[in-house]
Amino acid sequence: MLLIKCPYCDEDRPELEFHYEGEAHIARPPDPSTLNDEQWAEFLYVRSNSRGPHRERWRHLHGCGRFFNAARNTVTDKFIVTYKQGEHPAIDGDDVEPSP
Amino acid sequence: MTQSFRTASGGLVDRNRPLTFSFDGQQLEGFAGDTLASALLANGVHLVGRSFKYHRPRGIVTAGAEDPNGLVQIARDAARETPNLRVTQIDLYGGLTATSQNCWPSLRWDLGAVAGIAAPLIPAGFYYKTFIGPRWLGASRTWSRIFEPMIRRAAGLGRAPSRPDPDTYINRFAHCDVLVVGAGPAGLAAARSAVLAGAKVILCDEQSEFGGSLLHESQSLLDGLSAREWLNRQVQELESAGVTMLKRTTAFGYYADNMVALAQRLTDHVADVSAGAPRERLWQVRAREVVIAAGAIERSMVFPNNDRPGVMLADAARSYLNRYGVLVGRRAVITTACDSAYAAALDLHASGIEVAAVCDLRQQAPPALASQIEARGIRLMPATTIANTTGGKRVTGVIINGDASGTNKQSIDCDVVLMCGGWTPSVHLHSQSHGRLRWDADELVYAPSDKRQGQQSAGACTGRFTMPEVLADGDAAGSKAATSVGLPTAKPSLPEAENWVSYSGGHLGMSDTTQPTSLSKAFVDLQNDVTAADIELAIREGFRSIEHIKRYTTSGMATDQGKTSNLHALAIAANVTGRSIPEIGLTSFRQPYTPVTFGTLAGSGRGYLIDPLRTPASDPWARAHHAVFEDVGQWRRAQYFPNTGEDRRAAMQRECAATRNAVGIFDASTLGKIEVVGPDALVFLERMYVNSLTSLKPGRCRYAVLLNEAGFIIDDGIIARLSDDRFHVTTTTGAAAPVLNLMEDYLQTEWPELDVWLTSITEQWATIAVQGPRAREVLGDVCPELDLDHTAFPHMSVIECELQGVPARIFRVSFTGELGFEINIPTGYGLSLWEAFSEAANTAGGCVYGTDTMHALRAEKGYIIVGQETDGTMVPDDVGLAWVIGKNKLDFVGKRSLDRVGQRRSDRPQLVGLLTESPKTVLEEGAQVTADSNPPAGTAALGFVSSAYYSATLDRSIALAMVAGGRARIGERLFIPMPDQSIAVEVVAPVFFDAPGDRLNG
Repeated sequence: MLLIKCPYCDEDRPELEFHYEGEAHIARPPDPSTLNDEQWAEFLYVRSNSRGPHRERWRHLHGCGRFFNAARNTVTDKFIVTYKQGEHPAIDGDDVEPSP
Repeated sequence: MTQSFRTASGGLVDRNRPLTFSFDGQQLEGFAGDTLASALLANGVHLVGRSFKYHRPRGIVTAGAEDPNGLVQIARDAARETPNLRVTQIDLYGGLTATSQNCWPSLRWDLGAVAGIAAPLIPAGFYYKTFIGPRWLGASRTWSRIFEPMIRRAAGLGRAPSRPDPDTYINRFAHCDVLVVGAGPAGLAAARSAVLAGAKVILCDEQSEFGGSLLHESQSLLDGLSAREWLNRQVQELESAGVTMLKRTTAFGYYADNMVALAQRLTDHVADVSAGAPRERLWQVRAREVVIAAGAIERSMVFPNNDRPGVMLADAARSYLNRYGVLVGRRAVITTACDSAYAAALDLHASGIEVAAVCDLRQQAPPALASQIEARGIRLMPATTIANTTGGKRVTGVIINGDASGTNKQSIDCDVVLMCGGWTPSVHLHSQSHGRLRWDADELVYAPSDKRQGQQSAGACTGRFTMPEVLADGDAAGSKAATSVGLPTAKPSLPEAENWVSYSGGHLGMSDTTQPTSLSKAFVDLQNDVTAADIELAIREGFRSIEHIKRYTTSGMATDQGKTSNLHALAIAANVTGRSIPEIGLTSFRQPYTPVTFGTLAGSGRGYLIDPLRTPASDPWARAHHAVFEDVGQWRRAQYFPNTGEDRRAAMQRECAATRNAVGIFDASTLGKIEVVGPDALVFLERMYVNSLTSLKPGRCRYAVLLNEAGFIIDDGIIARLSDDRFHVTTTTGAAAPVLNLMEDYLQTEWPELDVWLTSITEQWATIAVQGPRAREVLGDVCPELDLDHTAFPHMSVIECELQGVPARIFRVSFTGELGFEINIPTGYGLSLWEAFSEAANTAGGCVYGTDTMHALRAEKGYIIVGQETDGTMVPDDVGLAWVIGKNKLDFVGKRSLDRVGQRRSDRPQLVGLLTESPKTVLEEGAQVTADSNPPAGTAALGFVSSAYYSATLDRSIALAMVAGGRARIGERLFIPMPDQSIAVEVVAPVFFDAPGDRLNG
């Protein structure tokens, strides 16, 4: 069972308290009506499916309830870093500029 | 005959405490300190079971957790029957009752053994080939009904208990600096150096005593003491140093972030278990560092008929002798490729067992050991393998290949054959922790290499076997673990070891590779009856990956997971395919190391503690009034309230009619309720829901639909505006938590600038619906202080008030099409309000109703249920709810998706009503809708029946359906093909009753 550090609680807590919430840094377009079908489908469905470091959302569901972000290596299943919303710490293997 | 194979003295058993036990009904005697295996052997019993596939007689092979054969069923009482326990791990207690498995009518005379004669018909992959059934039987069910169950019965282990487990199991979370797994010499040394450095240490061992191999060590001296004296001193020291010492505790699983799961057996070794005493405890240990000192497992050897009872591992025989004072036989032949069997030969000889020969597979026997053997007059035969064994239910002799040419065969009589193919490090936990393994071609072992977690392996599980190496390794690992957690290194002095046993040498695969394997039963995996020939067959049939070979042959599967056999299977596969062992690969080591009971894993999480029961406010009343219930998620809801003599349909018809004609009372407490509060609450709800809410004034309600971002309906409910900044939002029963989570997600991550608070209030408010033409009268009877006049309290409005001093929120809403109210009251008052309403309803000629009636009444009105009419692919227009969408809204969740091309197709599924031509025929929900009465196979359905009931109001059957382009088909005749007939239906608008909706204003 993984230990995950909630950046809001600042505590390592067991995986059972958390819920995975999909890939991170995919912001909802401010005005979806300006997107064509293809762009909208991209937002809805296309995900990076990274092998290696992966930026993802987690929620401390059975704790503080906050959503936060994490970088996790999908090969080793090790968390590299967890961080609050609005932050974007650099990690090794980062080659993609974050979307806002 | 009692204990005729017990030595006169020696061993760790308590000879002053004889215990009687029974095996297959026979009363036998052993001593306290015995395992069931040692007690059986003390009585000369080797035959303990029949093999899985061929029903061959099988005996005890090992003295530990790795035993492939000795599986028995232990019964304490009718409810406490445990199958597949290993005789080598069962501590003897007085009155223990064991029975053998997989044999009929008895262990000695097993009819299934004809399978052995038919063995050529049962090759590798038999189950895969056979369970498909021969083609000439066609689609006949004879196969699945008769033959398949027969095969399944013949091939089996123990019987699963038929009653619920009456025992209790407990769970403990623990944290420590250093967890040491295994209390043999390496583990003891590691625990010692760690605890002396100041670490908090947990030491666990699967056996009933600490010590591992020291428990049967006869010759080694440690610091000048015998192994046993040194062991006792160590255990005392560790206990007084504060180490948590856990016996009978198996570390069965290594998980992420250094969490190791331990199963501690608390009462299985006790004769009289006090009532309520927990049987097992699951430890979930989060260790900063782990030292794995799991030891090594002696390997069998692969030669023809190596499975007869009496053929066992050499060091196991030594263990039975030295630890339990048991002679495994009278005359032994030893076959080995490893030095350690010489220690067994010497100990057995000293105990009076005649060692007829030591056959060493190697060209050269080790000279120093050879001279010790020969000095005792034991015949030593180097470069010798076993060509065959004789015997039936017990081995009676061996035929040996005297030399490499195989010509010089001779037979030797014996009653035990002791084998040692070398030692296999127990790398299970290291591997489970995602550590890597490296192949050591000199030592013929897979040894731990790179690690991924805070752990080290120490001692024999690393491939270092001799006592000085093992002690040094354990000591270093303990120190290093302490250093890793930031403690200073203690430097305990290492014990001085003398006369230690050599473990050099080993062999993999067939002992005699010159012989063809095809006709001989040379077993690799005894538990699954896998022979060397089976592995060769699998390769001939095209399997190459060891993972595939394992699954096809079943080698290395089942309860022992091939602990004694896996490397032989690898070596045979490597040999046949001409590849090296690392090229063949290694199957994965998965948790658990040995089987764990479900009870241990479940702990207290059984029944309603694992699946909580939620009950609405009226539940005690409903139970007292003999309601029939249904489970809706975790909720138990009243489905209908039958009067005496009524069946389900009669009760529903009565409840429906009473509600339409007078009044019905329904407990809607299970609806999800979310309070949305804050200056931006309106903006937030506008963005979440499809509705336009700006015109919603305080005191008014609106039916609302929630989409996901893909535009599909995920929930519906009522949004009630209590004040400018406060909304009471309801959800469907099942969506209460998901909707709140979705709202939180958007609020926290997309629109954090909005000042809104979300609170689940589902449990705070009980909700009772009062529906029907006399609803106003009944509500007025119970709550005379309310002004229920239509103008004061119109349809789709909400009031906050007090009922006899209790705060209430009353909605004027309807899910029946009748004049209706939903009264929310603090949950603690829900039952008394329910009682008052049910009484008032009775007086008014109405009744209470359950979910059956709720479903039927709403279907008559064409009101959808999300999850029944919708299936996660329906947009609002599909179910006739386009009107709900706020026309001038720029955006809401899912809006953009409603403009996608696919949503504009004319063949979208659309909600329609269906009327069967025969009015009494009620359709089946989920049935398909087609244009043809008897469509050819492969025809796509037009849609499906989503709801179907017998309507009491209309006295005929009605149905709702989702049909492609359904609204354009109104008036058409379609069909519902069923197995026995095709039912003709007319497509109609999905409102069957009071289409104008006049009754809402009743």
